[in-house]
Amino acid sequence: MSGFPTHLLSMDDLDAAAIADVLRVTDSFAEVGRRANPKVPTLRGRTVATLFFEDSTRTRMSFETAAKRMSADVLSFAAGSSSVKKGESLRDTIETIQAIGMDAVIIRHSSSGVPARVAQWVDNCAVVNAGDGWHQHPTQALLDLYTVRQSLGGGQEGTDAFRGLRVTIVGDIRHSRVARSQITAYAALGAEVTLVAPATLLPPSLEGWPVASVGHDLDSVLERTDVISLLRLQAERGSGDYVPTMREYSTGYSLTARRALQLPPEAIILHPGPMVRGVEIASEVAELPSARITDQVGNGVAVRMAVLFLLLGQGTLGGERHD
Amino acid sequence: MTDRTDTPELVVRGGMVVDATGSRRADVRVSGGMVVELGVGLETPAGTTVLDAGGCVVAPGLVDLHTHLREPGREEAETVASGTRAAALGGFTAVVAMPNTDPPLDSAESVRNVYALAEGALAQVAVAGAITVGRAGERLAPMAELAALGVRLFTDDGDGVQSAGLMRRALQYATGLGVVLGQHCEDRSLAAGGTMHEGDWSSRLGLPGMPAEAEEVMVARDIALSRATGGRVHFLHLSTAGSIDLVRRARAEGVPVTAEVAPHHFTLTDGCTSGYDPVFKVNPPLRPQADVDAVKRALADGTADAIATDHAPHAPELKDLPFDQAPAGMLGLQTALALAVTELDLPLERILALLSWQPAAIAMLDPAHGGAQGGPIAEGSPANLVVVDPTATWRVDPTALASRSRNTPYAGRTLTGRVRHTVLAGEPVVIDAEARR
Repeated sequence: MSGFPTHLLSMDDLDAAAIADVLRVTDSFAEVGRRANPKVPTLRGRTVATLFFEDSTRTRMSFETAAKRMSADVLSFAAGSSSVKKGESLRDTIETIQAIGMDAVIIRHSSSGVPARVAQWVDNCAVVNAGDGWHQHPTQALLDLYTVRQSLGGGQEGTDAFRGLRVTIVGDIRHSRVARSQITAYAALGAEVTLVAPATLLPPSLEGWPVASVGHDLDSVLERTDVISLLRLQAERGSGDYVPTMREYSTGYSLTARRALQLPPEAIILHPGPMVRGVEIASEVAELPSARITDQVGNGVAVRMAVLFLLLGQGTLGGERHD
Repeated sequence: MTDRTDTPELVVRGGMVVDATGSRRADVRVSGGMVVELGVGLETPAGTTVLDAGGCVVAPGLVDLHTHLREPGREEAETVASGTRAAALGGFTAVVAMPNTDPPLDSAESVRNVYALAEGALAQVAVAGAITVGRAGERLAPMAELAALGVRLFTDDGDGVQSAGLMRRALQYATGLGVVLGQHCEDRSLAAGGTMHEGDWSSRLGLPGMPAEAEEVMVARDIALSRATGGRVHFLHLSTAGSIDLVRRARAEGVPVTAEVAPHHFTLTDGCTSGYDPVFKVNPPLRPQADVDAVKRALADGTADAIATDHAPHAPELKDLPFDQAPAGMLGLQTALALAVTELDLPLERILALLSWQPAAIAMLDPAHGGAQGGPIAEGSPANLVVVDPTATWRVDPTALASRSRNTPYAGRTLTGRVRHTVLAGEPVVIDAEARR
């Protein structure tokens, strides 16, 4: 598994081979998760910090569970209870944490680029982006890939199943770090990515983006969709001004039961959560067998174990590290 | 200004004198703050300070139309003393101090305070007054009171005047005072929340953008208002191809508008922000290459009248904030001339016009307006001079700059063109690239 980067800041950091490594290693850790005692000593003696400057209990719990299942020591740094509130600068915070000694820091921040800046400041410490602003959320994209591969069945090794897979991403792409990571991830594996959104919720420029097509009419693409990923309308990021009303948005872009019926029977429905039922997805659609939203959450731990292992693990899977 | 008649006699020797009238090889004798003699091989009796200008150009001191001195209010970032030291080292003998201080320069008292702070400074400080009270864009500042104190340029820089009606009234009022209004063109309804140029890079980086139109709609609006009122508008730091096209056409029609551009807009692109380093955050933001090319063309064809630094110091801790939270602005005084020499395909005479006598005329600091800046170097003219070695190279070291701040985007860059000496009202304030006090 050569070529895994020092940090995971963006899906741009991972080529197809590195993504394949993550999926393969995830398989092993998913098996660990099914054990009665789901714990391995892989990262014993290593210290991992979660730095969540923006609240996200579910993502933080997922990362911390992943690190603990690998026997790492985990420090949890929540901005609300920290010196950040007392005016300490981001850089001072990072230097303090580095002085304590960390093997990895997992960062969530409402500002795009903070993990990238932190990676420029630290030495001998892996930085994992757990979501930054509108920019990237790479582990979310990886767990989507894993969930899709799992759902496609056949216990397939490798990533061949993604080649030519028709992926439709719907909703507030402009303000979505998940979409930015997904697009890169699916495209890296040869999928055909279609974006569907009101024009105001697309990024100002898609120049150089690896997308096959962009449209504003969800109904016209449903029957040519193998995977549909619905994004939350990011009201708190100001997207309220980008569509006249939630009702008008839902009329055009919600995956309703009627629309779900137009999908091919084997199509997969994904949502990164948290869902706003009735806006981007109808409640009954979220409960369909083809909706793998709960699987996504469950797979999150194993994917994050794989990422930490590939960034930090010097030893063999499930064994002692030898350095 | 300090009386410098007691400064010793000075001869600038061996240089090529370049000013608005042309160039000729001559030594320059300075005494009592004035140029007293020009000629080849001037004698230098004992007691004369000799500034070697061999291989150098001797020109009227540079004039910066756009300097943020930060004092009063943000002295941790810059003071009048530190900012004018940076100016002198950059070859400037005058700077126009922007009014977005705390308190803002919108009253006679605040303007007098800056003049008092500038006593004995290493460059002449001309104050730009605010157009509106508190730069709040709601009602006119007492422009006549400020004009009576010598203020000739008014601007709410940092913000544009958002209300077209108020800007129109300000222009009408300004025509009666013989002053010029500088506009920071940024339509807030288009730019609000933006942290960089809206385009390919902002989309990729997930940063909120400011579209080019945010600048261009205000340029277009103010051209219409200038045409209608006859009031002079000076466009600050134009950064887009569209803005420059608008100004080019307006000038061809005879609308009384002028324009400045900043060095970072002809040297850096929005791609510089790819690593999220706020040292590249500036307002107007860095633009794509096509805009950079348009800015260069504007300098070459005369659409841009001046290179202005938009020197905007910020304390290091603020530039360590996340990109969207960090303040916008870059240092500029000590790198402007060298960037122009290094990056522009223009003869040095043109670069000096853009940095000295043309901005001096816009700010009405030139002899035609009773000022001492930018005029031809002749017997009896004020001795505000810069001596430039156009071939010397140097490396930008942020810690070696005179500013209190370190936010230069050119750290580590090797530039061609170095200020060797600066003479302010007859006093050599910079000798061999070192400030004398």
